[in-house]
Amino acid sequence: MIVAKMKPLDEISESIKNAKKVLVAGCGGCVTVCLSGGQKEAEILSHSINLKRKLENKPIEISSVTFERQCDKEYVDRFKEYLDGVDTVISVACGVGVQYMSEQYPDIIFVPGQNTTFAGANIEHGIWEERCMLCGDCILAKTGGICPIIRCSKSILNGPCGGSQDGKCEINKDIPCAWQLIYDRLKMQNRLELLTEVLPPKDWSKSRDGGPRKYIWEDNYNES
Amino acid sequence: MNLKTESKLEKLFKQGHFVITGELGPPQHSDGSDLEHHAAELKDIVDAINLTDNQTAIVRLSSIAAGIHVLKGGATPIIQMTCRDRNRIAMQSDLLGAYSLGIRDILCLSGDHQSFGNHVQSKNVFDIDSIQLVSMVKNLRDEKKFSSGAEIKKAEPRFFIGAVENPFSSDLDLRILRLEKKIKAGADFIQTQAIFDIAKFKEFMKQVVDKGLEQKVKICAGILPVRSAKALNYMKNEVAGMSIPDQLIDRFEKAEDKKSEGIKLAIEMCQELKEIKGVAGIHIMPVGWEAALPEIINGAGFLPRPTVL
Repeated sequence: MIVAKMKPLDEISESIKNAKKVLVAGCGGCVTVCLSGGQKEAEILSHSINLKRKLENKPIEISSVTFERQCDKEYVDRFKEYLDGVDTVISVACGVGVQYMSEQYPDIIFVPGQNTTFAGANIEHGIWEERCMLCGDCILAKTGGICPIIRCSKSILNGPCGGSQDGKCEINKDIPCAWQLIYDRLKMQNRLELLTEVLPPKDWSKSRDGGPRKYIWEDNYNES
Repeated sequence: MNLKTESKLEKLFKQGHFVITGELGPPQHSDGSDLEHHAAELKDIVDAINLTDNQTAIVRLSSIAAGIHVLKGGATPIIQMTCRDRNRIAMQSDLLGAYSLGIRDILCLSGDHQSFGNHVQSKNVFDIDSIQLVSMVKNLRDEKKFSSGAEIKKAEPRFFIGAVENPFSSDLDLRILRLEKKIKAGADFIQTQAIFDIAKFKEFMKQVVDKGLEQKVKICAGILPVRSAKALNYMKNEVAGMSIPDQLIDRFEKAEDKKSEGIKLAIEMCQELKEIKGVAGIHIMPVGWEAALPEIINGAGFLPRPTVL
């Protein structure tokens, strides 16, 4: 899922300094699961800004509301009735939500409440780790189910580099060396022969390097 | 003599010489005269000189430009090329440029992550990795093809291709596996990470020889001359992939004249490494202590250097 982290209150406040009436829009999708931009967080942010502005003697009209997602039109439409007189929306969805909402309500100023950080998984309570960089050309079948593109700091396809030591990455001892993980798993599975192949340069055209991407659904399974 | 390239290094290896190379770090400014000066001093002391490519991710005079200053000084440059800062288009362009200016030897590396340097906010590239770089340079030479598959219609760059290996990081089996991959990709010679732990290096070389890899690639053992216990401690604790035996640190702590102890150690290591089966040369990285090179190389009995016929 998409993992995001709330921006500092001062940065958010600065981005709405000219606003008169503000709605904090929460998202019930990924950012609710990673405890950063759901209903609860949207409410807390709304109250915090309200309080901050009161203390600064610059009161503001602010409220919050959260729907299932901000990346689907049917849910985005539901925000409409809460936008009467609102000049600025702080979306605490991921970057997709902020943009998609603003496409639907182009007259309103949208600012992000969060920094969208990565596509990752919940490792333990309150901890998420990056697992995929959405490169468009998955190689996990060749690397023991561990992605070196995102988990190796240098995205090396034929690793590890010389900086790998004691199973850790050269940039930080808290980061496991992806290629050590790949090696250990393939060794355990008796599939080390996979590592003797020199993997060719990656086709980055399937990633963002090929330009902004679009996916058109085709019902490949039911049409024959 | 059946040679792939015009490289002096290739000729020396082919003639069976024990090759000695040095290294210069280009400056953090735009004056290359020191490089030319050092090259002139070292041209009869070492067979070739590495020029590092923005090492530790700090901006320096480019390795290719530095190589040209070395050529002007009369020595043979080995330009280092990392995968951190350029994509495959820029790298191939620079390879054509370097070859057109008379550079014949290249060393392919991943490159230190930019978080080590002083531009930590920069974006890294890593479009290809060091093994893919080796393969790309080989294809330019042997297939006359760019990475895209497009043909080079005239004058392909014919580099003698080097790669690095760190015998001390991660599992030994994994390092050997990766060395084999580098050979498969087209490496002609290997320079190793700086060796301090000779026992561990011997284990590595035993596996190399058991697999016959030294028949396929020329392996040069890396030496980094040190002149303090502090430097060794720093490498032990702060530099990834180093193995520093405690007795060496102890030796420097006790030494009265640290500099001459450093020269003495480097000479001992040269002599010991030369005797290890499969070692085809020594690569000395003085890291700012260029003055140590002649003393070490002379002291180890490596002078005079052979002339290329």
